[in-house]
This record gives sequence, structure tokens and C-alpha cells, in this order.
Amino acid sequence: MRKLRSSEKTAYGLILPYVLFFLAFAAYPLVFSLVLMFHRWNIVTPMEWIGLKNFSRLAGDPLFFKSLGNTLVFLGFHIPLQVTVALAFALLLNSRIRGRGFFRAVYFFPVVVSGVAVTILWQQLYAFDNGVLNSILTSFGMPRVPWLVDSSVAMASIALMATWKNVGIYIVLFLAGLQNISRELYEAAELDGASPWQVFFSITLPMLNPTIIVIVVLSTIGGFSLFIEPYVLTGGGPMQSTLSGMLYIYNQAFYFNHMGYAATLGFVYAMIILAVVLLQRKLIESEPVQ
Amino acid sequence: MKNLWKYAGLLLGAVVFGYPFLWMIAGSFKPEMEIARLGLWSDHFTAQGYTLVISKIPIARAFVNSILVSLCVTGSVVLFGSMVGYALARLRFGGRRVLYLVILFTMMIPFQIVLIPQYILMVKLGWTDTYLALVAPTMMSAFSIVLFRQFFMAIPQALIDAARIDGCSELRILFTVVWPLSRPVIVTVAVLTFMTSWNEVLWPLMVVRERSLMTMPQIVTLFTIGGEAESQLGALLAAATLLSLPVIIAYAFFQRYFIESMASSGLKG
Repeated sequence: MRKLRSSEKTAYGLILPYVLFFLAFAAYPLVFSLVLMFHRWNIVTPMEWIGLKNFSRLAGDPLFFKSLGNTLVFLGFHIPLQVTVALAFALLLNSRIRGRGFFRAVYFFPVVVSGVAVTILWQQLYAFDNGVLNSILTSFGMPRVPWLVDSSVAMASIALMATWKNVGIYIVLFLAGLQNISRELYEAAELDGASPWQVFFSITLPMLNPTIIVIVVLSTIGGFSLFIEPYVLTGGGPMQSTLSGMLYIYNQAFYFNHMGYAATLGFVYAMIILAVVLLQRKLIESEPVQ
Repeated sequence: MKNLWKYAGLLLGAVVFGYPFLWMIAGSFKPEMEIARLGLWSDHFTAQGYTLVISKIPIARAFVNSILVSLCVTGSVVLFGSMVGYALARLRFGGRRVLYLVILFTMMIPFQIVLIPQYILMVKLGWTDTYLALVAPTMMSAFSIVLFRQFFMAIPQALIDAARIDGCSELRILFTVVWPLSRPVIVTVAVLTFMTSWNEVLWPLMVVRERSLMTMPQIVTLFTIGGEAESQLGALLAAATLLSLPVIIAYAFFQRYFIESMASSGLKG
């Protein structure tokens, strides 16, 4: 065996804590999840090998498909809303105006506040009888919206709240993207006599494509990780309409003690997330740039 | 004229994103009957909501727990993250490439897959209902290692060589030459880690049932859904205000760092 140089020894010393950490909290759980998926286990009694039964159960589990559908509903509202609102405010901020730093700081503020606090706040804004949003609506003579009590509206309401909380990050990302676009492109367009709309659709938007990919991917991962909002606001209801994937995994593990099935759900969700994210990248990247 | 429209839009945004928090803080001091109103002022401000929160849940203890956990996690992520980042960026050793690939790989794993096995690991180790369970699984972060590595690669080799010639050990170089030059990345990692740790609630809900060990967002969550708030809106808003207050104060001072850190974390995707 060759002798280690002293700098090599130092290097191994520096990385050793991480290697141990990785083995304990990443590698072991990954391997153990593969074992767990083939077992029935309530943590107390010994594990019981059940082969692929967790998977066949999942394939026929209406609540799994419900939670998957709910996540898609969430993303269907959340992603377009997030991208348009973030882009609109980034465009407003990306000009010579006073108080830019102030506005940016205010828009960003909901991002840093605890999701629990934001959820408690919105619970009161969304209240049906005397919530703030409904009293604004009724004062304009409009009907009340059943924000959280109607199963066809509740998930959209949660998506709206999540957009409000997170859009600040994406405003900042868009702003950075806008500032990276070279001035020369705009000057050339001006010389060609392009209208502002033409400039927006043939220069600004295509140049922001990388930022849009990042935003879509991050929002998707966020949507699949949705937990505390439905946990506090609706408990997954009404009629399971806000049962998110993460909430379902949590319930299976901690209300029913189905550790094997919860691990299977976690694994399948993880695979779906990876697949969706890869697909999104492919789709958005292959879109022709004019 | 064109700018007027811009300011109108920006101002509308400021109201939409900022006003609800003012309303939340004002509401936490209002009597029950007046909370639903849109305005901020009340002639009958009261601290009843806060009294109820303090009498029902050990919120001060939860605050101390949250501070302790977040500080430990942040210190550890910065210390170990910079050590690994330095080794990857500046030292040659067998397996360096493999290690880097492994770190990139762990960043891609959706947490859903390891969450349940990690919980079971805590049970097996007997760490549930201890601080260890709250701290250990987040003590190091692959993303912070990548940030440190990137930053350290840009430090001039001459500085490191000079220190080596002076006979400094690599560890001393890291802490006395590299660290002082790396304030931006240290602040970024620290702010990001502290905030994530402070706001984390799913993991504490899983591993801690003992009230005296609960973190602040956790105990406020249970206060909200568990009926202890007795449906008192003022108490709920008071709990939410107490929970956001430390972040509001930190944000007032370090706003720029918060925004820059989060923006750089966006590049993770």
C-alpha cells in the first residue's frame, strides 16, 4: 500500500465527518427505504415480508391518486400564477424608479416568514363568514367565495396563498435574469423599429428562458412537498380535496403506523418528482427560440 | 405619466405583500369582535391574545429550543461545509471526483424518499424526543458544500502557497487565511441555513412529542390545530406574530443578505 502524503491525510481528515454523515443520514436511509418497501411494519412488532403487496395496494389506492391529482391541480394554478406575477413585478422593478430597494424588500418579506405564521394569517383572510377577503368582496356587492370550505375551490386557494408567500424569490430571480440581457439587443431592436410587444416576445421572454426553467422546476418540487399549509388550514379536506402527497405520507406513517406503505409512497412520489422535473426541462429547453 | 402607472403597480404590490403582516400584528392586539375589520386601528387594544398563548403553551421555552437548534445546525453546516468545500477545492486526494459526484447526487434526491427511513433511524437510535433528533440529520448540507467549493476555487493560489511556505497546516490555512476572505459565502450559507432550520416544522412534528422540547413553529402549529387556542382569533394571531417576530427583526437588519442568499439558492434547481 502506498503511503499517504500529509496533505492527503489532511484532506481525508477534513472530509471524514461528512462521509460519516452521508453514510448515516443519506446512504443508510436510501438503502433502508428499499428494504422497507417490501415489508409491512408498524415499528413495534417485527417486520413482515410482503413482497410487492405495498405496490399493488398503491396501484389500487384511491387516496394516492387523489393526492396526486390534488398536486396537479395545485401546480396548475400555482406555476402560471407564479411566473406571470413574478415577471410582472420584476419588469416593474427593472426600470429607473425610486424606492426600488424598498419595494423589493416588501415583496420578498413573505418568503422569510415562517409558513406556519403565514398559514394562520391566511386562515383568517380566507374565513367564510367574516374573513377579510370576503368582507372586501361583499362590500363591492359581490358574493362570498367559499375559499376553504368548497372542495372545488380549496386547492386553488392554497395555491394562491403559496404564490403570495413564494413569489418574492422568483421576482428576484427574474430581476437578475432581466439585468443579464445585453443592452445591445434592445438597441438593435429599437433601430429596427420594433414595438414594445415585439421586443418583449422576441427578446425579453426568450432570454429569460433559463430563469423560467428554474422557476418551474422549483415550484414543482415545492408543490410536491406541500405539507404545512393543508395540515393547518384544512387537514386535507374538504372531501380530501387538499390532501397533498406529503400529507398523505405523513398520515399513513403517523396515524396508521403503516411505515412500509408510507416508505413506498415516499419512493413513488420521489420517482414521480424526478420524472416530472426531467420532462419539464426537456420540454422547456426544446421550445424554439426565435 | 408612464412612470405614474409603474408606481401605482408597485404600490399595489407593496400593499398586497406588506399590509397583511401589519394587519396580523394589529389584529393580535384587537378585541375579538374587531379582528375581522380591514383597518388597523382599534380603540380597545388588548394583550389578551398574548396572555392566552403564554398561559396555554410554553412558548418561551419553544423559542429557546428553536434558537438552540437553529444555532447548532447553522454552526455545524458552516464549519463542516467549509471543511469539505476546502478539501474539494484546494487539496488533491484519491476519490475527490467520486466524493463530488456523490454530493451532487444527494442534492438531487427528493426528501420524500428518505424521510420515513430517517425517522425510523431516530427511533432505533433512541433519539426521538431529544435535541439530537432535531439537529443531527441537518448538521451538514450538500448544497452548502457546493457553495463553499465554488467560492474557495476563486481564492488566489498565491495566498495559500504563501501560508504553506510559512509552515501553516491546511487546517490553519482554512481558518486563518481562507475564512476571513470568505465572508460573503459564510453569511449566505449561515442566513439560508438558519432560516430553513428556524422555519422547519415537518421534521419536529415527526420526532418530538414532548412539549418541553418542541420548536416554536411546531408548538404554534399544534396550538392552532389542537383546539388550545379555543378558537380565539386574537390568540392565533398573537402566536403567529410571536413566531414571525424574530425573523422580522433579523430581516430589518440583514435584508440584503436574506434576498441574496435566497436568490443564490434558487440556482440550485
